[in-house]
Amino acid sequence: MRRLLTLLALAAAAAPLAAQDTTKAQDAIRLGIEYRPGTRPGLVVVPGPGMDTLRTMVRRDLDYSDRFEMVMLQDPGSSTSPGPATGTGGVNYGIYKALGAAFAVELSEAPAGVTARLHDLNLSRLRNQQTFTLPAATDPAYRLEVHRLADEIARWASGTDGIAASRILFVSGGRVYRADSDGSDQTPLTPAGQTSLSPVWSPDGQRIAYTQLGAGRGPIQVQTVVNGSTAVVPGTESGLNITPAFSSDGRTLAYAHSDENGTDIFTLKVVDRCCSQRLTVGRFADNLSPTFSPDGRRIAFVSTRAGPPQVYVMAADGTDQELLAPFDYGATGPSNAPEWSPDGANVVFHREVSGSPQLFLVDAAGGRVRQLTSAGRNEDPTWGPDGRHVAFISDRSGRRQIWIIDTETGRVRQLDTPGAARLPSWSRRFGRTAAASNP
Amino acid sequence: MRASSLLMLLSTIAIAVGCGGKKPPEEPAPQPPPTPAPAPAPTDNSADRDRLERERLAKEAADRAKALAADLAAMINFDYDQATIRAPDEATLDRKAAILQANPNVKVRISGHADERGSDEYNLALGNRRAAAAKRYLENKGVDGVRIEVVSYGEERPLNAGHDETAYAQNRRDEFEVTAGGDNLVAPQ
Repeated sequence: MRRLLTLLALAAAAAPLAAQDTTKAQDAIRLGIEYRPGTRPGLVVVPGPGMDTLRTMVRRDLDYSDRFEMVMLQDPGSSTSPGPATGTGGVNYGIYKALGAAFAVELSEAPAGVTARLHDLNLSRLRNQQTFTLPAATDPAYRLEVHRLADEIARWASGTDGIAASRILFVSGGRVYRADSDGSDQTPLTPAGQTSLSPVWSPDGQRIAYTQLGAGRGPIQVQTVVNGSTAVVPGTESGLNITPAFSSDGRTLAYAHSDENGTDIFTLKVVDRCCSQRLTVGRFADNLSPTFSPDGRRIAFVSTRAGPPQVYVMAADGTDQELLAPFDYGATGPSNAPEWSPDGANVVFHREVSGSPQLFLVDAAGGRVRQLTSAGRNEDPTWGPDGRHVAFISDRSGRRQIWIIDTETGRVRQLDTPGAARLPSWSRRFGRTAAASNP
Repeated sequence: MRASSLLMLLSTIAIAVGCGGKKPPEEPAPQPPPTPAPAPAPTDNSADRDRLERERLAKEAADRAKALAADLAAMINFDYDQATIRAPDEATLDRKAAILQANPNVKVRISGHADERGSDEYNLALGNRRAAAAKRYLENKGVDGVRIEVVSYGEERPLNAGHDETAYAQNRRDEFEVTAGGDNLVAPQ
């Protein structure tokens, strides 16, 4: 009760805040779910001749970074809209500044690519300029290169890379699919007719790992994305092997192995294919869903050692196992699917509240728990490369789809998938090498 | 001798009038008077009667085996997020244990299942725990554990596609499948 009062007091103090995770204004009371949006600079992508698709992609990517108030022009193509750049950098600073923009992004065609310019409207000067080589628009690598260009512009303006040049894995109809961060270019990576679950990216984006569920059992497969070749992880040939996770250096794979003695967490050196190590001894309890801290020294995981599943943490060698996300026995709902943030600060997971899973954050030191969602079922969260956005599965639109929430502003958006989607995994930002070998 | 002659005579009459309804007493058959034949035999000779009798016995044996197989395959169910064997299911498992002990060559696979409500991945572990709980119960009743395989489908194979408690209750289950030695099951003593 005291905790509830504290929450009420906090909520009251934070009353004038804007964004909330809700699709309906009349939703139930949301305690501790209010977000405190920072002051975001206005940004406009100025119109220009040609390259409509590219301009639309860049504008959407910058919008989805949630670091800018996007200034939308009424009709970017019409003659009455503020004029395009004239010559090099001839942006009409006054008009865009009057529209509330602090930055103007100018994109113009260049030989074999595009020249991007970022104008600082408050200082009335060109701030950044770079020409990017782009493959042909029909090239499979084209979209990823445009996303990288948008991420670079986001970095110029905000000091932090955007998240556009990244991809999300998910399961639909038993197959693992890959989609761009904006939901486009959905491609199956595993064959039809088999049940694949729990896909995860290797940190370099070159490989994925997943459970291949056969007759109630199955190995962990590691698949090279560029050519589709697969290899069974040593030690997972027998029993049921679930919830793989790479360490951030990509060298170690953790997973859970289920057999008649329960479910326990193992690690092995996945590159060397050796040195399997058992980290938990459940004695008929379940230990699963391991997730490495970015420094590789700790592993958060789910355990049923105290009854319902809850989130624990241990050293990467299995010692010092302790509770991570506090819970009240008999009152707090089951908690599952933890994933450690790329900046190491938080672990996101889902916890049942009144029978529906909701997203929560717990700080990596343990103790402080914060609820992120309240509308519908929200589960299986996965961090974006910026450690700020989280993709998850929600049924708030009526069927299970991928949604992305900005944990700082609470803004949500949906990635449309044709069928029901589940078990997403968001990649790190794709470097140029990964982009080249991951078309 | 006189009686036997009389029987032969009666038999001859029966065949002569083509009556298939009433059976004459059967000399060679070791069994008591049989139940009506499945279909009227156009002729009545001992070879046909033997065949029918063998079929009847085989059917009875098959029915008994089928009943035993059904007992072996009978599902058990679980409470939400629990892997504890419920009291009403103990008799079901006791019957399985008795049949398994009477048929030492039989091997079974127990698959644990969960309803759709819990976390997808956790449900695989939960299903595994449910299958393992049944295996431990059978082992405690004296069945050798090497004969019992444990697998889990989590929530991937619902029995009832509904989204209400009735469906959930049916989907929280262990299924039992005979993987070897399932022919000619012998009833426990």
